[in-house]
Amino acid sequence: MRLSGWGNYPIIDAGSHSPQSIIDVSACLLNKNALIPRGLGRSYGDSSLAPQILSTLSLNHFIAFDATTGVLTCEAGVSLADILSTFVPKGWFLPVTPGTKFVTVGGAIASDVHGKNHHVDGSFSDHVHSFQLIIADGSGIECSRILHPELFHATCGGMGLTGVIVSATIALKRVQSAYIDETVIKAKNLEEVFNLFEEHQASTYSVAWIDCLSSGEFLGRSLLMLGEHAKEGGLIARKKKRLTIPFNMPSLLLNQYSISAFNALYYHKQREQVAERRVHYDSYFYPLDCLHHWNRLYGKNGFTQYQFVLPKSAGLEGMTAVLKEIAASKRGSFLSILKAFGPGNKNYLSFPMEGYTLALDFKIALGLFDLLDKLDSIVLHYGGRIYLTKDVRMPELIFKQSYTKWPDFVKIRTQYGADKQFHSLQSSRLGL
Amino acid sequence: MVKNILIIGATSAIAETVAREYATQGHKLYLIARNEPRLTTIAADLRIRGAADVVVATMNVSNFSTHHSVIEKAYVALNTIDIVLIAYGALPDQKALEKSAENTVESCNTNALSVISFLTILANRFEEQSRGTIAVITSVAGDRGRHSNYVYGASKAMISVFLQGLRNRLHHSQVHVLDIKPGFVDTPMTAHIKKGGPLWAQPEAVAKDIVKSIENKKDILYTPFFWRYIMLIIRSIPEAMFKRGKL
Repeated sequence: MRLSGWGNYPIIDAGSHSPQSIIDVSACLLNKNALIPRGLGRSYGDSSLAPQILSTLSLNHFIAFDATTGVLTCEAGVSLADILSTFVPKGWFLPVTPGTKFVTVGGAIASDVHGKNHHVDGSFSDHVHSFQLIIADGSGIECSRILHPELFHATCGGMGLTGVIVSATIALKRVQSAYIDETVIKAKNLEEVFNLFEEHQASTYSVAWIDCLSSGEFLGRSLLMLGEHAKEGGLIARKKKRLTIPFNMPSLLLNQYSISAFNALYYHKQREQVAERRVHYDSYFYPLDCLHHWNRLYGKNGFTQYQFVLPKSAGLEGMTAVLKEIAASKRGSFLSILKAFGPGNKNYLSFPMEGYTLALDFKIALGLFDLLDKLDSIVLHYGGRIYLTKDVRMPELIFKQSYTKWPDFVKIRTQYGADKQFHSLQSSRLGL
Repeated sequence: MVKNILIIGATSAIAETVAREYATQGHKLYLIARNEPRLTTIAADLRIRGAADVVVATMNVSNFSTHHSVIEKAYVALNTIDIVLIAYGALPDQKALEKSAENTVESCNTNALSVISFLTILANRFEEQSRGTIAVITSVAGDRGRHSNYVYGASKAMISVFLQGLRNRLHHSQVHVLDIKPGFVDTPMTAHIKKGGPLWAQPEAVAKDIVKSIENKKDILYTPFFWRYIMLIIRSIPEAMFKRGKL
């Protein structure tokens, strides 16, 4: 079957296996060549691509739920959307959620995803109590911070390269309402938004939309969006009607002029310096989920998201250097998101570290990878790194210089025989 | 009001998705299937989703002599049954059946006669209680015999005709009889077929249609809806022309 990541680049032909139960997963591993587990395929690049994939989508059952503590055990193919629609009406919410609810629990752990509350609550795996991993020889291993801690930390953020996560126990968090009280603050440049992030670090959720085509004194003008769970509004897991982008749009649709115009409109839509409103969690956390197949907006050649983090020490200077390079390239990103991270965790390959992260979408086009190579060297210079879940082209050398715990990761992979069984296009490219 | 729902073939992908809809609405479910570990997994899941209660029972539907006692047990557990959904079926390899009369009969036993057996037992119960819905998943394949799939099609057609008569009979007892005819659905039963394209539906969409049609007391459901028109065209092709084709 034809497969790609969310970026629709690259598109490959792959064999697919869909085990119907956890026991089937072991059987599948014993009979097959090297493969990579895959959930909903929302990683952007080639991390869920391989000649053979193992789909976890049939492992979609809840196993146990403690209604007093909110501790949920479920199979790894359960989607965050399913968790929300089942548990929001009961007064529970995800402890951490990325910008789409169409990811599986297994994928969220393997990518160790983060959300708008990283600066207070850490990343997804920080709320995972334990999980069951089927390793290369088909046996199941229960992993937690106490049981097989090194395998636990290699698997969280480990991009599916240690084994197949088949079930997990995670802690949901109590909410009184399905609504979020949102505050949007305008920032006229990068310095201003940096200061605002510092000022509002007590806010549960924070993220900034940034206009990456503005330059000069307005370089990095942004809208900082803060959020707190509302106390009222009801617990309805509203299901919005989804619009579908029916086919790939002409890629010329998104160019520096259209993006620049959109950015200006979006920035000036809000007249006040500070605006407050109450919004449903669905529109607050997942604005793009209501646009089914929005990845088709970038045309048939696909797109990539370049997301990097710079340590706090690099601060304004590093981010300015990157933004200047992008503004000069005139390759506008339709959606650019800036976020302040709290401290990272102990996982070997997890992306977040204390500092600032910026995510930019670029359509695949001639010369793009040259620009990204240039950005790589700036990121590396300031001691930052690139998010593997979004990556489709990072050179091995950049990876190994920025993810310094990679030798330990490789050691654990070898120890559990994973180096013979689990490979993705990405892992081969990165020399793992 | 909490409804009592019996599902036979509860581990089939469509049945499980229907069960999730009912669990979310807080109803009580009695699930019958062959594979016990899978039933246990599904039952735990449905309880968490909100089912008032979930009871499971295992059986092999080809074992006709057990049909009476299986239904009897379900009635003992549930007291009354508001909705029964018969959802099992096996997609046979047509080419292989052509070589074996034995296997052809066996396939018809599973896909048609065992269902007829259940329906006969259930019809009397429902007639007695004078309310409720009997819903059966058949197939668009039953609408016309085709070169590539006629043993399966004939079994499904037999049920569809049986249901027509049953609907007529039970109408006078206020019992609703629904014939569900799905087109191509992306499930493990069709895992070996190359998929993609606009004709393939996800079980979630089909399940939503089923729940709605039970609610609205529809007689025949084509799901997704466009299969009604596709089959209308396929049925109206003259036999003299149809037999030359390779559908």
